[in-house]
Parts: sequence; C-alpha cells; structure tokens
Amino acid sequence: MPLEARNISFRYHKRQPWVLENRSLSLCRGERLALLAPSGYGKTTLALLLSGYLKPTKGQILLDEKPLPQKGVCPVQLIYQHPEKAMNPRWRLKRVLEESGGMQQNILDAFGIEHAWLNRFPGELSGGELQRFCVARALLSGADYLICDEISTMLDVITQAQIWKVILEEGEKRNMGILAVTHNWHLARRIATRIVDLQVSEALARPASPDVYFPR
Amino acid sequence: MKRFNRRTKVVVLTAAMAVILAAVYTAGIFLPGDAVAGSFLNAKKPPSWEQPFGTDALGRDLLMRTLKGLAVSMTIGLAASLISALIAVFVSLAAAAGSKRLDAFVNWVIDLVMSVPHTILVILISFAMGRGVRGLLAGIAATHWCSLARLLRAEVLQLRSQQYIAVSRKLGKTSGWIFAHHLLPHLIPQFFVGLLLLFPHAVLHEASVSFLGFGLPPEQPAIGIILSESMRYISAGMWWQAVLPGLTLVLIVLLVDRLGDNLRMVLDPHSAQE
Repeated sequence: MPLEARNISFRYHKRQPWVLENRSLSLCRGERLALLAPSGYGKTTLALLLSGYLKPTKGQILLDEKPLPQKGVCPVQLIYQHPEKAMNPRWRLKRVLEESGGMQQNILDAFGIEHAWLNRFPGELSGGELQRFCVARALLSGADYLICDEISTMLDVITQAQIWKVILEEGEKRNMGILAVTHNWHLARRIATRIVDLQVSEALARPASPDVYFPR
Repeated sequence: MKRFNRRTKVVVLTAAMAVILAAVYTAGIFLPGDAVAGSFLNAKKPPSWEQPFGTDALGRDLLMRTLKGLAVSMTIGLAASLISALIAVFVSLAAAAGSKRLDAFVNWVIDLVMSVPHTILVILISFAMGRGVRGLLAGIAATHWCSLARLLRAEVLQLRSQQYIAVSRKLGKTSGWIFAHHLLPHLIPQFFVGLLLLFPHAVLHEASVSFLGFGLPPEQPAIGIILSESMRYISAGMWWQAVLPGLTLVLIVLLVDRLGDNLRMVLDPHSAQE
C-alpha cells in the first residue's frame, strides 16, 4: 500500500518555471526514505505535494491507488521545518496536542515532554522543544505516513538524535512510511532504508526511472 | 511598596476611564426632565458655584443640559459604531473568504466611501433619511465601517495563510471549526478595539452634523444643538455657552480614544511595544 507521486509536475504560477517536472516517487509502509538535494531542487515542494498541502499541476498523488482524502484526518502528515509557525501562538501546548484528537502519555514520555510544558504558550519554549510537540501531534493523529521536511535542521545534535530515535521507534512499531527531506547526508545514511537524490536522479535517469537507489 | 508594572497601570487607568464614562452616561440618562427646565429669571447667567456651566438664553442650567446632551450623543455614537462595526465584520469576512471578484468589489466600495469626506456623506445620508436620530444613525453607520473592514480583512487573509491553519485542516478539522477556534479568538479583540475607536468619531460627527442643522431636532439637548444655539450669543460675550459644553465634549471623546488605545495594549501586547 504505497504513497505514490505519479509523473507529477508543479509550478507555482503559469508564468513561472517548473519547480518539479515529471517526477515519480513511491513510499511504502515500513520504509524510510531520505530525500536529498541542494537548495532549489524542489524538496519542500515535493513534501508539500505528497502530504496534500499543494496540488500538482500535472500528474497525481495516490495513496493505495486513490487520491488523498480531502476530509477527515489525513493519513499523511507533514512536519514543518519551523515548528513555531505550525502552531497557534495563542494556544497552550496542551490544546495544540489535543487538536490531533488523542493523547497518549507514552508518546509524551518518549519525547521527554515535561508536564509543566503543557500549560505554556509556544512562545515560551525553544525550537527543539516545540518540534517535539509537532512530531508528537503528527504521531498522535494516527498517521500512516510521516513527511518530515528538514525537521531537525536547526536543532542541536542531541535533540536531533532524541527526536529521530522516537520517530524511528514509533515508525517501526506502527509500520509507518517515513520520508525525511534533508540536506544532511550523515543523517540520511543513519536513518534511511533508501536514499533518493533529486539532483543525481535528474542527471542520470529521467523520466524512465527517476529514483536512484543507494545501498545502505 | 512594590512598583506596579506597566500592564497593571494600564488596566487600572482603563477601568477608571470606563467608570467615568459610565457615570457621565447614567447621569445624563437618569437626570429628571425639570433639571433642564427653563426660567427667564435665570437666563444668561455666567458660571457660578450653583451653576458651574452658567445658563443659556432660556435660563436652562447648561451643566445639566450638557450631561443630557452627552448621553444622547453617546447613545447615538454607541449605536452607530456598533452597526458600523457589524457591517465591517460582515463585509471583511465576505471579502476575505469569498471570490477574488467579490474581494475586489469590496475594496472598490471601501475606496469609494473613503474618498468622500465623511461629514458631507453623513449630511447627505442624514438629510435623505429625514434627519433626526434615524437619519444620523444611518449616515454615521454607513460611513464609518471602512477602515475597520479593511483592517479585519487583512487580518483574516493573513491568518488564513498561516501554517497552523493548514495543519488543522490536515488534522481533520472543518472550516467552521477552524473559524471558531483559530480565527475568531484573533478577531474578537480587533473587533472590540475597532468598535471603541469608532465611537469618538461617531460622537464628533453626530455633534458636527447637528451643529450644522442636518441632524437632531433643536429641542433635543444634544451637544451639537447647544453649540449651535450658543453661536448666537457668543458675540454678546456669553463665552460659557460655547466653551464649557464644547470642552466637555472634547474631554469625553479624548477619554474614549485613550480607552480604546489602552484596551488595545492590554488585549494585544505586541502593539504595546510600538
């Protein structure tokens, strides 16, 4: 049951150049895919398209051969690079988490979310602490696929390791498909079962086989 | 003694202002009719301890008349700014949530209304509606919603493009839920502050249009009427008939204006830094 981008092209406006042109990508459950590319290669755009925040100009995003559901909790959840923008600044963090529809103490514990934090506002916590809330919220929503758009780029390595550890554990437990968009080759090597480099795949093989596989 | 911080000071000041305004208003409302009865023995008296504002040409106590007039002005001001603010909310939501064409149309109407001086529009509308309270209300309400509508529209557009709204939708929330939980709490303070800042404008326009003779009927004790009557006697040296009621009006309007500013500081801490 894969999440699949089939021959998608995207541009933000008719008069602007293509950000992505005729790309295909698939992500199976239980798979951890790292997407590497330098800036400007459409990594974030691809992440937004896969999670349904943007509609492809051409081509389709398919989940189990069907388009992404428009209503209800989306089984594909995106985690943004900047957690402070992804939560209402006037909400206490407890409410932010509850928006996902569920609370599980073990997930809060795994992320090291302290009880006192729940009553604070987003402006009162650091980026690393907030990002834990964003990931926890996505996990609590019961997503099958997690799209992580540079979620740990601005965090120190210890926080990075902590967050990824929980994501990998939960991903294993629930058989989730995880897509990690990153600049960081070392992080990609560490977490991924498959690595796709948009730059290389464009240079080598397009459009016949757009994915380039690197053995782990 | 511990020093109070700025927020506490602002809150106390705001509360005090609100109390003064409420006192003036209730005093004007509950003042008995014979307090403003005329007596020719007392006509044209300068200010004294018994009658701090003096009396007018018909011997009516001007302090009492001013209080009554303020109550009338404040009622009209409040009603007009409330109607205005509601129009602003409706229009701004339609513009922000509707089609691009509707948005462009609303902006065009806002530009159109704002391009004509308010006083002229209020006079025209009030005159066309047959003057009196009804005409004034319609005139003031129809001209004052523009700036608040523009503000609210920008606010809604800005909020709607926020990431957390998009996330909320992906977490299965409906548009109605998002409006009630994410948008409305941001808009309500804006609405109330906007309402309060509209109020002084409305009161001043009521007074000026009544002064020019296109508003309230002359027997009504409105500030504009008092000022307009006093003009006949000012060249005879009866300065108090114009100066004291006029000053009171200015004071009340300034008070409300400051109240609105303070309330914005309390409700929206970001603007306090400006």
